[in-house]
Amino acid sequence: MLYINCPHCGMRSQNEFSYGGDASVKRPELNKEVSNQEWDNFVYNRKSLRGKHLELWQHISGCRQWIKVERDTATHEIFRTFKADEEVA
Amino acid sequence: MQKYSIFNLVKNAFSNHKNWDLAWKDPTPKEEYDVVIIGGGGHGLATAYYLAKEHNITKVAIIEKGWIGGGNVGRNTTIIRSNYMHDENGLFSEFGMDLWRKMSQDLNYNVMFSPRGIINLAHSDAQMNAYARRGNSMRLNGIDAVLLNREEVKKIIPMADFSDNVRFPIFGGLMQPSAGTARHDAVAWGYARQADSMGVDIIQNCEVIGFDVSAGKINGIRTSRGNIKAKKVGLCVAGSTNILAEKLNMTLPIETHLLQACVSEPIKPVLDNVVTFGAGHFYVSQSDKGEMVMGGDLDGYNSYAQRGNLPTLQHVLTEGIAMMPFLSKLKMLRTWGGIMDMSMDGSPIIDKTHIEGLYLNCGWCYGGFKATPASGWTFAHTIAQDRVHELNAGYSLNRFSTGHLIDEKGLGTKTWIS
Repeated sequence: MLYINCPHCGMRSQNEFSYGGDASVKRPELNKEVSNQEWDNFVYNRKSLRGKHLELWQHISGCRQWIKVERDTATHEIFRTFKADEEVA
Repeated sequence: MQKYSIFNLVKNAFSNHKNWDLAWKDPTPKEEYDVVIIGGGGHGLATAYYLAKEHNITKVAIIEKGWIGGGNVGRNTTIIRSNYMHDENGLFSEFGMDLWRKMSQDLNYNVMFSPRGIINLAHSDAQMNAYARRGNSMRLNGIDAVLLNREEVKKIIPMADFSDNVRFPIFGGLMQPSAGTARHDAVAWGYARQADSMGVDIIQNCEVIGFDVSAGKINGIRTSRGNIKAKKVGLCVAGSTNILAEKLNMTLPIETHLLQACVSEPIKPVLDNVVTFGAGHFYVSQSDKGEMVMGGDLDGYNSYAQRGNLPTLQHVLTEGIAMMPFLSKLKMLRTWGGIMDMSMDGSPIIDKTHIEGLYLNCGWCYGGFKATPASGWTFAHTIAQDRVHELNAGYSLNRFSTGHLIDEKGLGTKTWIS
């Protein structure tokens, strides 16, 4: 069982959360020409890192906020959690 | 190579079975090969076997980080089927069914192929309609499909819950009678033994550290046991695809996720077929040892752990008990997990890449085991001829940018409900 420290609600079990994938993916800027490759990278292509991975989770059975979680994909250790709009250094 | 036969069995009985040849050798890597296959799983072994058998390419090495049979080929739930609606999947898998039927003879190794039939249960009128459509598509592609009503399903699996007050009543099901199971270790060992006998080097405990690429062409690989030159390199590493792709500066439409399976204690024969729950994601069959073999959803988040987490197991088995209540009385014997190369449309990739001489085989999601022979056969063709076969033409890498997705079930990296 993973325990995720929701920045809004505190430590909760993974059962309350839903996974949202890689948080480092950025939607292309729309005020310029966007190439197929850029769309491809945004919609489909993922690094799927082994080790530290910044990812989105939604506290779906809690505050319903999207949050960012820094987790190790090999050990499942969770290092830090952030609010969705927080910049990750 | 020593042939496995009743005569050899008797002969070796006189020496207490102490004089059997090793099934495959343990060679040190040579300096150069025509083809290097990275990944000694089912697909990699099958690829090497068909390279030798169909294309007479025998200067081949299989590079395996762990040991033969230790990855997903030994971790799956052994189900073999071709019950797909889309042409790409149906024709590819049915081609594989033919290879499965001949496999034990072909490999001189009993893979215990058991065409016991698979039943996908339907729990609503809409689902029955969808199954009728899928069944028709299957039959148009020459795949056997039978639409069963509730009474017919009840005759085959009376132990399922047919009572009145259930949340997901069984309306009927779609059956592929020729689907079934096989002994997964035997598949790996059989392919390994035959490939070895035809001159393929199976190199275990050898990790790939990097690639030697120059001017857009692959020249070889760097491994923990030294550099190996190669004219062609095939990537066949399932859940480790992204790790190797990163070394090639490639980003792929693949995420690595964890899939669990489990078996109960062995019980007397109760279930003749493979049965899947239609209102979620759960499947069950009974092994020859009597264990109920069960599986279902992904754990739901990127994982390289090769071991699972309890909430998903609980969720999956809750579905199982809803379908067949007697399962709740069984003790769990083992649970385990494997890491899957989940593609974004739920269908695999067998293709060339932008690097000359580098070929890609990945994205098998929930269905890698049953694809073993067809994947090996088409990947061998793609490598040997340097062009895709019509059977794997749809499994292209660029289908994501061109929009030609093969979204059989709409299942990609995400679980059904999460």
